[in-house]
Amino acid sequence: MSARFEPRTARAQVAIAGARGVTAGVLSDQPRRDVVRNSVFASLLFLAVVVGLAGLALLVGDNLVKGWPRLNADLLTNGTSSLPANAGLRSAIVGTLWIMAFVILFIVPVGVGSAVFLEEYASRESRLARAVEVNIQNLAAVPSIIYGLLGLAFIARGPLSLGFTVLTASITLALLVLPVVVLVAREAIRAVPSSIREGSLALGATRWQTTRRQILPAAVPGIATGVILAISRAIGETAPLIPLGAATFVTYDPSGPMSGFTAMPLVIFNWVKQPQEEFQVLAAAGIVVLLAVLIAMNSFAIWLRNRYEQRW
Amino acid sequence: MIELTKDRFSAKAEDPADAATDPARVPDGIAVRPDRFSQAGDPERLEPVFELRDISVSYDGKPAVKDVSLDIHRNEITALIGPSGCGKSTLIRCLNRMNDLVPSAEVTGRLLYHGEDLYGPKVDPVQVRKLIGMVFQKPNPFPKSIYDNIAFGPRILRMEGDLDEIVERALRGAALWDEVKDRLDANAFGMSGGQQQRLCIARCIAVEPDVILMDEPCSALDPISTGKIEDLMMELKRRYSIVIVTHNMQQAARVSDRTAFLMVELDAAEGDRWGRIVEYDETERIFTNPSDPRTEDYVSGKVG
Repeated sequence: MSARFEPRTARAQVAIAGARGVTAGVLSDQPRRDVVRNSVFASLLFLAVVVGLAGLALLVGDNLVKGWPRLNADLLTNGTSSLPANAGLRSAIVGTLWIMAFVILFIVPVGVGSAVFLEEYASRESRLARAVEVNIQNLAAVPSIIYGLLGLAFIARGPLSLGFTVLTASITLALLVLPVVVLVAREAIRAVPSSIREGSLALGATRWQTTRRQILPAAVPGIATGVILAISRAIGETAPLIPLGAATFVTYDPSGPMSGFTAMPLVIFNWVKQPQEEFQVLAAAGIVVLLAVLIAMNSFAIWLRNRYEQRW
Repeated sequence: MIELTKDRFSAKAEDPADAATDPARVPDGIAVRPDRFSQAGDPERLEPVFELRDISVSYDGKPAVKDVSLDIHRNEITALIGPSGCGKSTLIRCLNRMNDLVPSAEVTGRLLYHGEDLYGPKVDPVQVRKLIGMVFQKPNPFPKSIYDNIAFGPRILRMEGDLDEIVERALRGAALWDEVKDRLDANAFGMSGGQQQRLCIARCIAVEPDVILMDEPCSALDPISTGKIEDLMMELKRRYSIVIVTHNMQQAARVSDRTAFLMVELDAAEGDRWGRIVEYDETERIFTNPSDPRTEDYVSGKVG
């Protein structure tokens, strides 16, 4: 850097000092109002974050404290019982696993298929594609109890008449979370740049070969993330299962698609309803287990996305 | 002075005898070595691969290119030059029916490929693209290993022969083998831009096409990579017919045998603009002795 220019005459010195003063003023003079506004806005944003996190922390903390006496291996291995001392989540966990296995079996092909159709095959302008798109968004907003009633009318009874079984619960929950899977899978497919499509098609690949061997592999991390998020939503859902025989007291472990079912949120729901104090403790412990499963699944989804997502 | 020799990086002193026959007609900065074009009159080489007759393309009813008629010859490099928006890319995408992927695009006119109507009712665009490969402006390797990038085409087309050999041959053909032979399993995204583009060329020749279309293949590359790709093109034209779209007039002058110059026409009333062919001739003539004054203005840098 060159030395600071020093003028010789007094007048020049005054003039230059004045000019420098103005420049310094312009550079440093942030209006007080702006400073205050900035910090107020930043604090409000921070507060919004705190409210959300504090709510979750409170919920986990409260249940952790309340349920602590029952948070042990017995909780996971004991079956259903009318005696609080013997009651555990085993049947509920087995039931949830069965239900989720079939939910995955339904939502992966149907959800990914719909997404591929809408993104790769249907023309953007076609009425069918638009109608499907609007309806998927509507379906995502339908209250979950409505899906329960739908399941009761069409799956448990009515056309399918599957009864109050694991399969009924799976189909109902699958319908509930399908819009989420379709939306996320479409996002993932759309994120694959069109240059990949063009490169593949220009080699003489068919549309199906391009989809199957270029687009889907590149979109798998995003699709998997969506499926996990959908499953974690389905695991926690209680309302749609209530019309499907949640009142039934299942004392056995569900053993297959046509077996009667119970699930973690249902068992917790039943425990909360009981008058005995011990069941309240048990319910709190159950909530902690359910929350732990959900947080673990969501974390896995985030890790999966960060680890494998293709950056273009 | 840019010299139109293959070894354009040699710092050889300028030799006036190498310049074009009539220096007065040569636009600034461009010299042509006539011996490059000595084969152009060979009747064997004049066999047309594509015959375009009054080809027009429109998007949503708005014209993009109008009334293009030209023949593209076998084992030659044909360059399409012209300012932005003149429809060069639109035109080249007609040749392998990539425009079919744009629902609003409509192609009219006759386009014969070895005498067959490329837009005939029984023609399957997928089969067309097997024979007419394409290299794009931005290198677009698949997010896979170098090996799998090359092997993708032969696999989906169920080509016969040993896949390893096909991959090696393609990489050698694209002058990439020595650079990547030890890391065929590495992800193609780790390569430099120039290597990625040569990989895309290798991927294209792995399926043994008849024609290679190149849509501004060097516009995203530095001069060294560009030089390698141009050398490669000179090599490839022995086996393939090449059509190249380029913004870079010197590139057209350096590599191509024939050049088509397109210009934008405006319809002030409708606000539409479309491209139309101004002149199509041997590259030597386009750059040294064009018949249309607009060509001369463009290639000499007065407009455009």
